[in-house]
Amino acid sequence: MNAAPLRVQIGELARRSITQTLRQPALIVPPIFFPLMLVAVNASGLQAATNIPGFPTDNYVDFAIAVAFIQGALFAMINAGSALARDVETGFLRRLAMTPMQRPALLLGHLTGVLLVALGSSLIYVLVGWIAGMHMAAGAGGVLGVLVLAMLIALGFAALGALIGLRTGSGEAVQGVFPLFFVLLFLSSSSLPRPLIEHDWFRTIATYNPISYLIEGIRALIIEGWDGEALALAFGIAIAIAVLALAGASQALRTRLVRT
Amino acid sequence: MRRFADVAGAIAWRTLKKYATTPSLLLPSLVFPLFFFVAFAGGLSSVSRVPGFDFPSGYTSFQFVFVFLQSSAFGGVFTGFGIAADFENGFSRRLLLSAPNRLAILGGYVLAALIRAVITGVVLFVVGLIGGMRIDGGVLDVLGLIALACGVSLAAALFAAGVAMRLRTIQAGPAMQMPVFLLLFIAPVYVPLDLLTGWVKTVARVNPVTPLLGAGRDFISGGTADLALAFGVAIGLVVVFALWAVRGLRSAEAAG
Repeated sequence: MNAAPLRVQIGELARRSITQTLRQPALIVPPIFFPLMLVAVNASGLQAATNIPGFPTDNYVDFAIAVAFIQGALFAMINAGSALARDVETGFLRRLAMTPMQRPALLLGHLTGVLLVALGSSLIYVLVGWIAGMHMAAGAGGVLGVLVLAMLIALGFAALGALIGLRTGSGEAVQGVFPLFFVLLFLSSSSLPRPLIEHDWFRTIATYNPISYLIEGIRALIIEGWDGEALALAFGIAIAIAVLALAGASQALRTRLVRT
Repeated sequence: MRRFADVAGAIAWRTLKKYATTPSLLLPSLVFPLFFFVAFAGGLSSVSRVPGFDFPSGYTSFQFVFVFLQSSAFGGVFTGFGIAADFENGFSRRLLLSAPNRLAILGGYVLAALIRAVITGVVLFVVGLIGGMRIDGGVLDVLGLIALACGVSLAAALFAAGVAMRLRTIQAGPAMQMPVFLLLFIAPVYVPLDLLTGWVKTVARVNPVTPLLGAGRDFISGGTADLALAFGVAIGLVVVFALWAVRGLRSAEAAG
């Protein structure tokens, strides 16, 4: 009996991943609600910060909305990692290993549902931001740029989650890394531009923190327009994270299937 | 009374022992407030340059009060998680059968929440002082701030206990955490009330956390706090959520 072609295998696992995601509001609501809630609170609480000399915009929504995309990607990481860890815990992966299913299909299929939520969330962030008065300096093409970058970031973080889920085989361990990444998000230029951070130690951490550049890439499209340097850094880092995490997750899956 | 104290003491001791010997419970409750303090006081300090920002003791002290009250509230919420877990694994049902005074069960959990808040508060104070926090108020002011934090911790613990005893599952975690989180953040967190804008300002004006934060910041800066309002709100919250928690206990008793 011949195995189904790779695209069919990916399609089948993607369908399962999407169905699982759509059936659980807990996987859809938090990635949409929490980031927007934080933007709403910060936009009102820190609007006064736009009066600091050198602040790049007079509307804090323009500045803060970029953080929502990164938070959405963090949820993608947790959801992807938890789903794979659950498949390890319940033995689904072990049963799948006895079929002619190919590894790329397994990984890509799993990530599809999570990325679908990330895309939906990103569209909602843009829409809500626009309703709240967000101004897109890069124009209509900028919206596409934001969405492409956001999906790339979500892919990288989801693959990181998959890597952790496969390595540990524990949903609890995946949940446990969320605070770590949340800390990284806060220790970046998420609340103020790096040049306006007063404390040297904080500015240094934010400068070495790759999340700063991911945020600044999205922010550049919204506030400044097509800033080549900011976009090159953001896309470069997002691609690097995605490639490394996918390679790591693929390796972890190979190890997990060998153990099986 | 003796029976009440025995049961409450035993519950509090068990809860605190579990807290102290389980790193996954101990570390987040200590590390998260410190992280928020570092992130807010360190990353946002230039907000104090905003025209109209007139807090005399500096931005570190301004943020310290928020993080101090926030950690007290979350100490209470985490205790609610413990109550829910005890119901889920059946421990609480056995406890309801064996305790001569069931109100003491609630008392024990709340006492544990209070002691947790004190432990976290001490760590925060030490880190705050090392980090350059200025305390311009006197000893009485600092005691006032601590009393406010205890009130917040009690209110949050009673609220979370009420939810946990009604729903009796750890999946009720978001129902305990989210309302507290929202109340805390829809308040003058980053800047004084006058500098807030939009809908958050409207909500913050009627948010009970706002007078607590205002009084706490007055305490630390040596300003004139509206004691009647702040402690009135704190006591009111404790009374309302005590009733809520007792009714939750009755609901758990009825469920068997």
